[in-house]
Amino acid sequence: MEYFNIVFLEVYKILFLLVPVLVSVAMIVWLDRRVWAFVQKRQGPNVVGPFGLLQSLADALKYIFKEIIIPSTSNKVIFILAPIVTMTLALISWAVIPFSATMVLADINVGILYLFAVSSLGVYGIIMGGWASNSKYPFLGAIRSAAQMVSYEVSIGVIIINVLLCVGSLNLNDIVEAQQNLWFIIPLFPMFVIFFISALAETNRPPFDLPEAEAELVAGYQTEYSGMMYAMFWLGEYANILLMCAMGAILFLGGWMSPIEIYPFTLVPGAIWLILKILLLFILFALVKAIVPRYRYDQLMRLGWKVFLPLSLTWVVLTSSYLFYFNLLPTN
Amino acid sequence: MIAHSIFFYTFSIIAVISAIMVTVSKNTVHSVFFLILDFISISCLFIMIGAEFLGMIMLIVYVGAVAVLFLFVVMMLNVAQQKNQWFASEASSKHIPVGLIISTIIFFELIIVIGGWKYKPDLFDINNTTNNFSVSNTHSLGQVLYTDYIHVFQLSGMILLVAMIGAIVLTFRKREGVKKQSYLKQISRERSEGVEVLDVETNKGVKIDD
Repeated sequence: MEYFNIVFLEVYKILFLLVPVLVSVAMIVWLDRRVWAFVQKRQGPNVVGPFGLLQSLADALKYIFKEIIIPSTSNKVIFILAPIVTMTLALISWAVIPFSATMVLADINVGILYLFAVSSLGVYGIIMGGWASNSKYPFLGAIRSAAQMVSYEVSIGVIIINVLLCVGSLNLNDIVEAQQNLWFIIPLFPMFVIFFISALAETNRPPFDLPEAEAELVAGYQTEYSGMMYAMFWLGEYANILLMCAMGAILFLGGWMSPIEIYPFTLVPGAIWLILKILLLFILFALVKAIVPRYRYDQLMRLGWKVFLPLSLTWVVLTSSYLFYFNLLPTN
Repeated sequence: MIAHSIFFYTFSIIAVISAIMVTVSKNTVHSVFFLILDFISISCLFIMIGAEFLGMIMLIVYVGAVAVLFLFVVMMLNVAQQKNQWFASEASSKHIPVGLIISTIIFFELIIVIGGWKYKPDLFDINNTTNNFSVSNTHSLGQVLYTDYIHVFQLSGMILLVAMIGAIVLTFRKREGVKKQSYLKQISRERSEGVEVLDVETNKGVKIDD
């Protein structure tokens, strides 16, 4: 009975986290399309519901009622597993995101490593989908995407090391609390820029959406998918984008801290601040999609390996020498 | 405690079964996927004994990077070729004794390690190392790795670096007829070089591509 209670409580907590995340993923798709439309002087989706807010729900309904087509030559088990893997991996990483000092599902010691590990697993959904489809375009898309994600993960890892040097802990709440006086975006601004661009590449967002470059590869690894399975890929992708925004907010923008520690601002709960910061980063993501043309593949690889990796490594050396010289290394 | 042992047995059974499936399954890509499942369940076991840092590093390095490269290589292989059963073929029977010898050696090595650990506990000074539960696993690893074993640690890093450079040197060669873009050239291109305004005469047209 005791176990049952514990399990029940945990399931309740998980639902309380997952349902808002899923709803906000649907909303964020709408926001993405709206921002994109406004930059191009269009209206965007504005018909279904007030301001078109229910557009994503209508899309989801449409996907649910569509037939799922499984190609006869595909590897069926892996073909079906791929969207499930993508979706699951995009959702389980939300377990460690702290919405306030106490509002976190799993306050684990190695939170940032967990986030990094799960995001590095995300590539499997894409490779599995591309390979199992047994068709040329999905396979090319999958190979491109795998190379791209592996390359940009390296620079994201090095950037995380920069932040960790200033914090002295792998716990996400400690990382947020270390920014009490100064958000890391100020001393580590170049790293924030590199993190932002790497996050775009890691989530296959434009201008780095090479895996699904529709001019060359139809729809990349999603070409053979239809109905709900396509929708799961799509949900997983946007949940990953949101997660990357959350990671940026926690690492550089002070997480759930209010920007100014004075009276009216401190009343607002931490979760609201975190959500506002995530939204800010997401609007930047959407703006980039609207204004930047797609990169060529060799340019993408060059940027990852020849520009970002040396730059962020140099910054690690700089940060650590600075902290060491002025005796500022955190000890706990 | 019951929940703990349930989790332990779940993960270890998954690990053992997937390790067997790696060698047994006929499709190479499936083997790699089972290998990934094996890595993941082993990292779960690491986390269960409190070595959360090792577990996460296992996920990041092996699952996130090494297994991706495995998959890359295996997926490039010809799928039709994989259909013939390697086990039953003539060519494989010569390799079986070698494999048996290697696996016996590894088996006895494991027995020696575990036996030594069990019967000579002084060999492994528990008080000195990771048994301090007041600090986290990451801290205690760092304290050992960057003080007592710094030279070994640096040396292993150097070995990995040399291996990486060696792999690059082996595959890097000058190839003829490869088209390459020079970024400086592309950026420094002026409008006057790329665009020409012509008056087109009627019925004559313009010849481009000369």
